[in-house]
Amino acid sequence: MAEEYWRWTESRWTNPDIDWKKGDIITGGVDVGSVSSQAVVFVDGELYCYGNTRTGSNSPDSAHKAMGLAMEDTGMSLTDLQYTVGTGYGRVNVPFGTRAITEIACHARGANFMYGPTVKTVLDMGGQDCKAIHCDPRGKVTNFLMNDKCAAGTGRGMEVFADLLQVPITQIGELSLQVEKEPPPVSSTCVVFAKSEASSLLREGWPKEKVIAAYCSAMAHRVVTLLERIGVEEDFAITGGIAKNVGVVGRIEKELGITALKPKIDTQIAGAVGAALFGDALVKKERKKG
Amino acid sequence: MIANYGYKDGSGDYFIAIDTDRCDGCGACVPMCPSSVFMVMDEDPNDPMREEPVAVVADDQRKKIKYACAQCKPGGDRPPLPCVAACPVDAITHSW
Repeated sequence: MAEEYWRWTESRWTNPDIDWKKGDIITGGVDVGSVSSQAVVFVDGELYCYGNTRTGSNSPDSAHKAMGLAMEDTGMSLTDLQYTVGTGYGRVNVPFGTRAITEIACHARGANFMYGPTVKTVLDMGGQDCKAIHCDPRGKVTNFLMNDKCAAGTGRGMEVFADLLQVPITQIGELSLQVEKEPPPVSSTCVVFAKSEASSLLREGWPKEKVIAAYCSAMAHRVVTLLERIGVEEDFAITGGIAKNVGVVGRIEKELGITALKPKIDTQIAGAVGAALFGDALVKKERKKG
Repeated sequence: MIANYGYKDGSGDYFIAIDTDRCDGCGACVPMCPSSVFMVMDEDPNDPMREEPVAVVADDQRKKIKYACAQCKPGGDRPPLPCVAACPVDAITHSW
């Protein structure tokens, strides 16, 4: 089988400092996106474990797969979750979900946890959509816009380019920086047209890194114009898979003239983290009501 | 919260913004829109801790606002848009 350059590695993590059996409130968050699915478990407001997988053709299966990976070797099972919130594109198809909450609310809440309360602007570059969000110090959304009409500026676009140029997706960002002079961005941001434009450039003899640089720069410009609609206030954080691509992140920072906060944990889990935190808040709210 | 519903494509920005701090979900905008762009939800999908109803742009309308709103957006001098005029708390604005 030919190598699949777009394939990124699935991953999981457990917090060694937490004994979940001693936890009081245990909540789950599942973000079933169009390209990737993540599941996290929070124990008393702290991140205990997560799993990050690719979404399959069936949302319920993807939700189970992500949570299964998160809980691997932890001794936990679905029945240990007191409240589970589903989010993302497939949020209503999480079979073990107590409630579904939109990814806008979850990403802001998740970024607030992952980057701290100073975050005011969150840019989520997901698999097939882009969200620009303003939030307050508690992670509550104050302004947002989402573009899910086209895949320009998203992870799927980058996967298509990884395949076209036969460069593993994790190396694209680095490679795009290996150009002496920044080439002009590809003129179309539409993934399909940009791919055909890139094919012409390759035919003209452009090296791979120059073509990738042209695409990363077009993608960066595209999301910056989206951000401009709501404005950018520091601190600024980028979530989603593209946040791992230094070629796009660097170009966004350059165009905006500000630096994005450096992530400490996997940027793809922000939505699921927010979902689990809402679960935690909702359990507390129910308890208060008695 | 300012909720921007819509999209940006090659021809421009097409967003309807609803200020949810002003909107109390009265629903006056719903019958006034000839394209049925708005609907009222019992709780704000983007703010799970809020318990008041709120107007949103319906899911099936978000990707075709450019066309749905075209009839109320003639060029030149135009009357106040029906949705904007209907809202008693001035919560609705448009990007174009």
